[in-house]
Amino acid sequence: MAHAELEAMAEKRPLSPHLTIYKLMLTMTMSMAHRISGVALYLGSAAMAIYLLALAFGPGAFAAFSWIANGFIGHVFMLLYSWALFHHLLGGVRHALWDRGLYMDPKGRELLAQATLGGGVALTLLTWVLTTLAG
Amino acid sequence: MVEFTLPQNSKPVTGKTWPRPDSARVREFQIYRWNPDDGQNPRIDTFFVDLHDCGPMVLDAIIWIKNKVDPTLTFRRSCREGICGSCAMNIAGTNTLACTKGMDDIEGVIKLYPLPHMSVVKDLVPDLTNFYLQHAAIEPWLQAGQNPEKERLQSPQQRAKLDGLYECILCACCSTSCPSYWWNSDRYLGPAALLQAKRWISDSRDEAGEERLGYVDDAFRLYRCHTIMNCTKACPKGLEPAKAIAELKNMAIARLD
Repeated sequence: MAHAELEAMAEKRPLSPHLTIYKLMLTMTMSMAHRISGVALYLGSAAMAIYLLALAFGPGAFAAFSWIANGFIGHVFMLLYSWALFHHLLGGVRHALWDRGLYMDPKGRELLAQATLGGGVALTLLTWVLTTLAG
Repeated sequence: MVEFTLPQNSKPVTGKTWPRPDSARVREFQIYRWNPDDGQNPRIDTFFVDLHDCGPMVLDAIIWIKNKVDPTLTFRRSCREGICGSCAMNIAGTNTLACTKGMDDIEGVIKLYPLPHMSVVKDLVPDLTNFYLQHAAIEPWLQAGQNPEKERLQSPQQRAKLDGLYECILCACCSTSCPSYWWNSDRYLGPAALLQAKRWISDSRDEAGEERLGYVDDAFRLYRCHTIMNCTKACPKGLEPAKAIAELKNMAIARLD
């Protein structure tokens, strides 16, 4: 067959399915969650910057910001932000260990992934319980 | 580039349901089909396999289908004992070899797709051209200057360093399981090629380790690995490409000192 003919055939070829058919496994999910929590930290940090800006603009702006921050949406945002922070932090520790070739065996890698997930949730809860108690 | 959805011409549609054999033990298969000659989108066909008349492995079942139901079903196979790597495909959501995967290990309907995010030649046959080029790029042969007077000796300890690396059969299960490879296979070498790079760097007889490491030490070729671990989980030979890549990264960093 002529080269051009072969190329035309190759161009018609479909791409085989990937994300939609691959079995979702914990380590893969945790990799995605690490990225998503990283993006969430950008949003959270932007909110922190707006908080400081509001503080700099004076009592009126700060009162307006506080009204949102102390409301239901503000609390949900803060809860998710703190969770993203802890999750991403522990994810970083997991990757630091893996980058040294540690805990990559079948048991170790699942354990690390579970520890990151559980640890992130636990630290978030601890923080909220302690800050609530402290008033 | 990251594209989460398939191009229009690649989206599978529901295909044909083939006749069910009259048997007490039947297993249902859903198999990806694409025919380069009919200009249609890929389709998912449903087949029923008579387990009384068929061996235990997924490969036995698709050979049974090819012989008894639809002779146009297309797939690669050769050794039927996990050493040639030809029958690598996506079985029940993970990449593995059809010849070493028992039907008993899978619950429910058995779904077969070609290796993920690859150009499909026909049915379960992907185009592996780029995958082989990547293997060639790491120069998988001994580089040690002129031929010596006598054979190059290796101690048992030096030889042991190749265990877990030399067994790779280049089936492409690992590379095509890797999301990072899906998005960047034009620039990222992928787990299979990197495992082989590590194999030659670890060989006491090879003298090109420094050049080999220099070649892979690149933001894309090596560092598109984000330790997702799909490669190691997919390997039908039980090798650990993710670990080999981590060790390559450490060797690359050690070079800087």
